[in-house]
Parts: sequence; structure tokens; C-alpha cells
Amino acid sequence: MINIDQIRNDFPILSRKINGHELVYLDNAATTHKPRSVINSLVDFYENHNSNVHRGVHTLSMEATDKFEEAREKISSFINSQTSQSIIWTRNASESLNIISYSWGNKNIGEGDEILLSPMEHHSNLIPWQELARMKGAKIKFLSLNIDGTLDLSNIDELITQKTKLVSIVHVSNALGTINPVKELCEKAHQVGALFVLDGAQSVPHMSVDVQDIGCDFFVFSGHKMMGPTGIGVLYGKMEILEEMDPVFTGGEMVLEVTYEKASWADIPMKFEAGTPNIADSIALGTAVDYLQNIGMENIHDYEKSITSYALKKFNTLESEGVTLFGPKSSDQKGAVFSFHIPNIHPHDLGTILDGMGIAVRTGHHCAMPLIKSLGVSATARASFYVYNTMKEVDTLIDGIKSAIRYFGDGSN
Amino acid sequence: MNDFQDLYQEIVMDHNRRPRNFGKLEDATSFANGFNPLCGDEINVYVKLVDDEIADIAFNGDSCAISKSSASMLTDGVKGKKISDAIQIFESFREMITRKPGEDFSSDILGDLEILSGVSQFPARIKCATLPWHTFHTALTENDQSVSTE
Repeated sequence: MINIDQIRNDFPILSRKINGHELVYLDNAATTHKPRSVINSLVDFYENHNSNVHRGVHTLSMEATDKFEEAREKISSFINSQTSQSIIWTRNASESLNIISYSWGNKNIGEGDEILLSPMEHHSNLIPWQELARMKGAKIKFLSLNIDGTLDLSNIDELITQKTKLVSIVHVSNALGTINPVKELCEKAHQVGALFVLDGAQSVPHMSVDVQDIGCDFFVFSGHKMMGPTGIGVLYGKMEILEEMDPVFTGGEMVLEVTYEKASWADIPMKFEAGTPNIADSIALGTAVDYLQNIGMENIHDYEKSITSYALKKFNTLESEGVTLFGPKSSDQKGAVFSFHIPNIHPHDLGTILDGMGIAVRTGHHCAMPLIKSLGVSATARASFYVYNTMKEVDTLIDGIKSAIRYFGDGSN
Repeated sequence: MNDFQDLYQEIVMDHNRRPRNFGKLEDATSFANGFNPLCGDEINVYVKLVDDEIADIAFNGDSCAISKSSASMLTDGVKGKKISDAIQIFESFREMITRKPGEDFSSDILGDLEILSGVSQFPARIKCATLPWHTFHTALTENDQSVSTE
């Protein structure tokens, strides 16, 4: 059991008033708030340990290096990586995916090769592959989508063939909330010798993830969506694959020996981390992992599942008002992400009206333009929850939607 | 403070529910398409010019209440006007919408459009209100073009 009041107390921003109302923050798929321990971790680093990492023999540099590498260890055990060498610091999931595309893709994808994606990918897991395919003359194929927003795997064996070199799939959809059967997809990819890339930006903050159990070759995520700071992300890769990859960025920190003519690369992970890394934010992401593990990922997942069930039930009551909820309708298949559309109310108007009530939702295409278009709408409103949200906030959202419908329907409030 | 009722006043809501001059103008002499990639709002503006006068005007598309009511009031406001007068209204409207807090604006030629003055307090929505105007301006100056807010 988790104590939500206690958790909420750890997040200073949750006591803010927005337009005279208590903040109801339902934009967690975009970014999450930070507990005091994460904020303090940043302050503590700059006040007490600030120094550049590695190579230094003075006390501060050794302290900074220890904390920096300790954070890498925390991330490694958090996703059950075989070794912390497999954990490469990046800015975010987008950068991680770009590194895979530029480094692994450039070397291994050729003309006529196929890359398989799902139709619900975030632009960050679509455009790097489009660019790669364009440069190499490769082809991108897409899985089909069922009407309920789950993946249709009935034709998977026609889509994953000997031509398939890479399968890259989102673990949990940021637009629909769909939880994808990634273990099955990974197995299918491996059967034809293709690599399996998993975008965990919306999964790792909300559920326990075991990269060895899934078997994925790469796993990417962003720190700021899991209570960590912005500007720090992770690329996990299997050691034998990382060994064969060339660095995308070169310069300081990533070299073993340098002459005026040439250089040799440092070991993994430093081979991929040119320049002074984002030390403070890496350490604070480690603190965020501590915070999450202290609550327990199973507890977080169970609690959010109960929010999902409750919200699904509440959204059901809005069906008679014409509200369409996109994505799966079962909390087994869906994270706490609710994309919806109301006839006669444009999502932007709804977003402004809800903001007037202190409720933060996101409106637009959620960086998934082709998917939103395929739903037959130009944009949706999206409410996304985290472990610090309450059932009462579900009610506040639903009441807010109802009053917007009344206001836009007949002008009464 | 964001009080949404300052933004969604009755006249705005009325234009949203019953937009004036909504549809396609078959005998248009000028046309432009406007698009806001941030929210997906899209608007088409059709103008029929006779000499230097806006003899008729219509719009259609898929957009939010602010954008739609702004377009509806635009068409009401410029129909029958000379191009030069319409462009003056455009300049005046833009000045009102993009003014900084506390700054004054001239409402002499705006008529009903003044009701949208509250939009300036909602920075995220300014482009919604100006999209139809930029599209209209493009139709007048570079007929048959697309315009984007970004």
C-alpha cells in the first residue's frame, strides 16, 4: 500500500495554485514533477561536490566521479541490465534513438533492408528511421492497429521477414496509453535475426522493466518523465552490439590514445560519451530512481492501474455526451493516459478552459501526427496520470469536461 | 489570472456556434490556406474582389472556437470594404491582439472584433486568433498560397 498524501508532500510544486485553483497536473506523459530529494540532489552536487568527472586526482573530482558512476549503477540495476557499462548517458530518449540510427543503422542497414515500426510511434521513434531509410534506400513497414488501439499481430509473420533488420516499438504509447506485447515482438524479431529496439519513455517511469527478461537489444528512456531532471536520458544496449558500434560524437572523454593523426576509443560506455557529461542531472536521476524504488515499481503500477480502471469507468459516463476516448478500454492493456475528443469543442479550447480551473492537460497531436490523423481528428486532449495523482483528481477532470460541454453547448456555466 | 469567460464571451461563442460566411465561395477571385502545425488548425479563406472592393468573402476549415469566431468576425468586418480599409482593420486587429499587458490600442475601426481583445492575455492562443487574418492577408497579397503560423 502506498500513502498518496505522503507522496504528494514530497513534491513542492503540487501545492501551487493555478488561476486560483489547486493544481491538478495531468500532463505527466509530457513531463513529470520532481520530488524534493531530486531537487536537493542538484543543489547538493553544486554546493558540495561540483567538479568534472574522471581523470581528476583531487578530492572533489573523485567524489563527483563516484556519484556519477554510482548513478549509472542505479540505472543499471533499475532496468536489470547485465552491467552498468551498458548504460550510456544521453540527453533524452530522442537522442538515444538517433545514436542507434546513426551509429548502428549507418553500419548495418542497406538498400532493400526493412525496418518495422508500429503506427503509434512518437515522432522520435519514427523520424530517425525515416532519415536512415532515405539515406540507405531501406524500407519502413508498419504493423497494423486494431480499432481499440492495440497492435494487430495477425499478419506479423508477413511483416517480419528475412529482409527485416530492425524492429523498433514503443513500450507504452504516449498518445493512446496502449501497453504493447514487447516480449513477443522481441522474440519475433530475433527469430529472423533482426534487432529489437524498445522505446521505454512511457513505461519505465510507471512499471518495473527488466531488459534481460524482455530480451531487447536497445532500451531508451528520458529522465524527466520519471521524476528526474530534464536534459538527461539513457541508452541501454547489449554489450556485444555496443562493442561493434562506432561513436557518433568524438572529442574529449571518449578516447584512449590520441596522436595528431588519429585516436583510439575508450571502452564502453565512455566511447559514446564525448565531452563533459551532464554530471549533476545524472546524479539526480539516480536519486529519482531511489525515490521510485522506495515506493516500489509494483506498487506504482498497481496504484496507477486502479486510477486507470476508475478513469475508464468515469469516461464511460461521458459517452452519452459524445465524448470519444481513444485507445484500449482495459487497465490490463492501458497505462494511465487518456486521449479523447469532444464534438464541437476543439481540444485547444478545452485545454484553455480546464487551465482556468487549474487542470493541466495537453492538447494537440502529442508528437504522433500520423496516428492522430488516422483516428479521424486533427487533435486530441490528453490527460496523463502519475503516482502522485488522486482519484479525486479524476473526478475534477471529469467535472471540468462536463462544465466545458455545458458551456460550449448552451452557453450556461 | 486565466478566467476563461473573459476569452469565451457570448459573442465569441455565438460566432463559434453559428459562424457567418462559412463555406466555400465558388466565384472567389482570391484564395489562401492557413495552417497552425502546433494544434492542427486549418482554415481556407475565399475572397471575391471587384476592382479594389471585397465584394464577397467566405471561409471554412477545422479550427478552435477562437480561430473560428475570429474568422467569422473578420468576414463580417471586411465584407464590402475597400482592400486598403480591410488591411487597416488587419493592422489594427494585430496591434490589439499582440499588445503587451497594460498597453492601449485603438478600437475605432474594429467594431465587434474588439471582443477578442482578451486573447492578448492568453499568449498560447494569440496564433489562433491571428491565423484567419494572416490567411486573409495572404489571399489579398499572394493569391493561392499557403500560410503557416510557424
